[in-house]
Amino acid sequence: MAMFSQNPLMNGPNYSFNEAPRVNAPEGARQHRFDPYTDNGGSTLAIAGADFAIMAGDTRLTSGYSINSRYHPKVFKIGGTTADQKDATLVLSVVGFMADGEALKEKLDSICKMYRYRHGKAMSVEACARRLSIILYQKRFFPYYAYAILGGLDEQGKGAVYSYDPVGSYEREQCRAGGAAASLIMPFLDNQVNFKNQYEPGSGEGHALQERERRPLTRAEVEILVKDAFDGAVERHIEVGDGLQMMVVTATGIEEIYLPLKKD
Amino acid sequence: MFRNNYDNDSVTFSPQGRIFQVEYAAEAVKQGSVVVGIASKTHAVLVAIKRNAEELSSYQKKLFPIDEHVGIAIAGLTSDARVLSNFMKQQCLAHRLTYGRDMPVRSLIDLIGDKAQVNTQHLGKRPYGVGLLVAGVDERGGPHLFEFQPSGMTEEMVAFAIGARSQMARTYLEKNVEKFAECGREELIAHGLKALKESLVQDRELTVENTSVGVVGVTGEGAKRVVEPFKVFDGQDVAAWIEAVADDKEGGDDAEAEAGGDAPAPAGETMEVDE
Amino acid sequence: MDHRPQNWGRPRDDVYGAYDGSYLQSSGPKQATQSPIVTGTSVIALKFKDGVVMAADNLASYGSLARFTDVPRLRSFAETSVIGFGGDVSDMQYLNRHLTDLSIDEAYAAPSSTDTTTSPGAGTLNAANLHKYLQKLLYSRRNNFDPLWNQILVAGLDSSEAPFLASVDMRGTAFTSPSLATGFGAALAQPIMRRYAETDEQAAQLSREEAVKIIKECMKVLYYRDARSLDKYSLAVVTKAGVEISEDEQLEQQSWAFAERIKGYGTQTV
Repeated sequence: MAMFSQNPLMNGPNYSFNEAPRVNAPEGARQHRFDPYTDNGGSTLAIAGADFAIMAGDTRLTSGYSINSRYHPKVFKIGGTTADQKDATLVLSVVGFMADGEALKEKLDSICKMYRYRHGKAMSVEACARRLSIILYQKRFFPYYAYAILGGLDEQGKGAVYSYDPVGSYEREQCRAGGAAASLIMPFLDNQVNFKNQYEPGSGEGHALQERERRPLTRAEVEILVKDAFDGAVERHIEVGDGLQMMVVTATGIEEIYLPLKKD
Repeated sequence: MFRNNYDNDSVTFSPQGRIFQVEYAAEAVKQGSVVVGIASKTHAVLVAIKRNAEELSSYQKKLFPIDEHVGIAIAGLTSDARVLSNFMKQQCLAHRLTYGRDMPVRSLIDLIGDKAQVNTQHLGKRPYGVGLLVAGVDERGGPHLFEFQPSGMTEEMVAFAIGARSQMARTYLEKNVEKFAECGREELIAHGLKALKESLVQDRELTVENTSVGVVGVTGEGAKRVVEPFKVFDGQDVAAWIEAVADDKEGGDDAEAEAGGDAPAPAGETMEVDE
Repeated sequence: MDHRPQNWGRPRDDVYGAYDGSYLQSSGPKQATQSPIVTGTSVIALKFKDGVVMAADNLASYGSLARFTDVPRLRSFAETSVIGFGGDVSDMQYLNRHLTDLSIDEAYAAPSSTDTTTSPGAGTLNAANLHKYLQKLLYSRRNNFDPLWNQILVAGLDSSEAPFLASVDMRGTAFTSPSLATGFGAALAQPIMRRYAETDEQAAQLSREEAVKIIKECMKVLYYRDARSLDKYSLAVVTKAGVEISEDEQLEQQSWAFAERIKGYGTQTV
């Protein structure tokens, strides 16, 4: 019926398409909204020891069911004087949306470099940890979609691990897993690093049960623990695999270790 | 009070076509203690005399690292130099972040040249009161040495000296200019220190307290390219070098040494109108 | 019958609804690309001993319409790198202009333009530098909610003159691998390429001829199975010596015999 109304404005395009009536949809509903985030999978893990800290991450980069790359590091040295980070003392791991994660890494690294330039010394892990929190919170309403973990040695030379959520909440911990397989690895860590749910055999029942005595793990133990954690995660999570990259922070520097993981 | 009516600001030419404020800024460079820079095919070195305000005070820094492949030596107002140094540091960081490479030294110099020129053309601004020697390496021809003047003039040099009594150092450099290209790291530092000695007043000596040495280098090309990052050496680290050039008196060119202050500064020349 | 000339030849409003002219609105708030319009499909690339091979077909599709059949989607940069574009073609053309400007600026600054003793592009941006730059560009555009709707492959040599191949997408996600493919290629071509070059070490065993053969094979598989593809394509090889791009390759030795047994390809109706 409407097409016979002879009223071009009501009935269809006039001389200009601009004068055509809008469709009866709310503004913007036609448009496919651009989603600025993706999840690139992968997992990270950090454990603090008495005089060392180990940061680890798998090297697979995914989008959906595709493996984009089998070697894409998630663990980075931070705050060296040169681009090759030979004299760095801190390590940052990021997982989640890698473009944000890497932007975060580069921002923190620039800040550490400016700090060194202005103060003539490297940034302490405590200071860097606070600064990282601030960087994350500054983008509270368009967050870096990345789960960060910062590792290093504190002023007493003890291993330090700081973990973050994407908007900057942080705390210092003994160990932390992040990313796709965090929920698979974290309970294993609770049990193996913090000795949760481990009791002295035959010490009784109920309240009489005595917890197993906690002791700091040695570096060799932790390295095995990290590999075991990732081997487990690879079996049960499709986004984790290909390679395991570990950075061991000690007083003498940062040692990098690469171990293969299953590529399936 | 004033030398003339045309030096109240940096936007007014004198009838002779000069901008006095800019020339005065060039004079500030000559107040600073001397710095020498030399580039060879593999290295660029900066050497400097540090001054202490009085016996009990510390020595004013003269060499600053900018990025791993660039360093500067300053003569003039240290605080102005810090502004430029910060700016250069930021630019190098930004370039590295954007392209993942060392910033080409020429690009960096052009930036500070443009920045300084703006100060010579706007009312209410003041030219920088500092001159720089910039040493760096990049993939565009290896080591480079650049001179920067408050006028905004920048020029690539084989070897150069700026600062108080620097004419004597330049005379030494001019005499030996042919040798520099083939010099190794240690030879180049030795030449730098010898040039520096020429500029010292009668009873002064190079000491571990007052001497600074900065070195940056590059060897090989393509896959085999290795950069020696810019590093400043002070104190006991320079003792051996000073020892090596001590009292060998091989130069003996006191005869033609001129008084540094009277020589026309390059900056003055560039500000003159071509005829 | 609608007799007004301005309506002749247009879809009938009573059948299709009124034309939505808001697409053509030039006033109002600035509009960012919200979805790609004219698009290119897969780009594939594979490293070999002394360089990288890359290919992409010459088709620019308008939805399911094969709209433009002569649009090369590979370009060289400063005689040192090859860039391949998937995704929106207008954004590709914007980037193309931008990169041309960048390469001109670089050519003026680098000494190699006058010095013939150095290898091509010495002192100018290499493929790794260029990839980093494009990553920053695309990431900053996504931060402004004004993305460049492309996935890009960059091939060439890095600062140590080793073959370099990397990808960056519209969100700024960047990664490298011995072989890479965008779009459908990620599902169809990547498994074939990985059979020959799972690791960099394996890729370093491939000769140029082998790599070209693998890429041509992949282009054929893509043409068989990707409905938005074309049998005319561009092929680029980048080595230390420079860049060679051929923009009028034709898929050879096609065999559609397999299609007869597959529903949807031929004339079968059941």
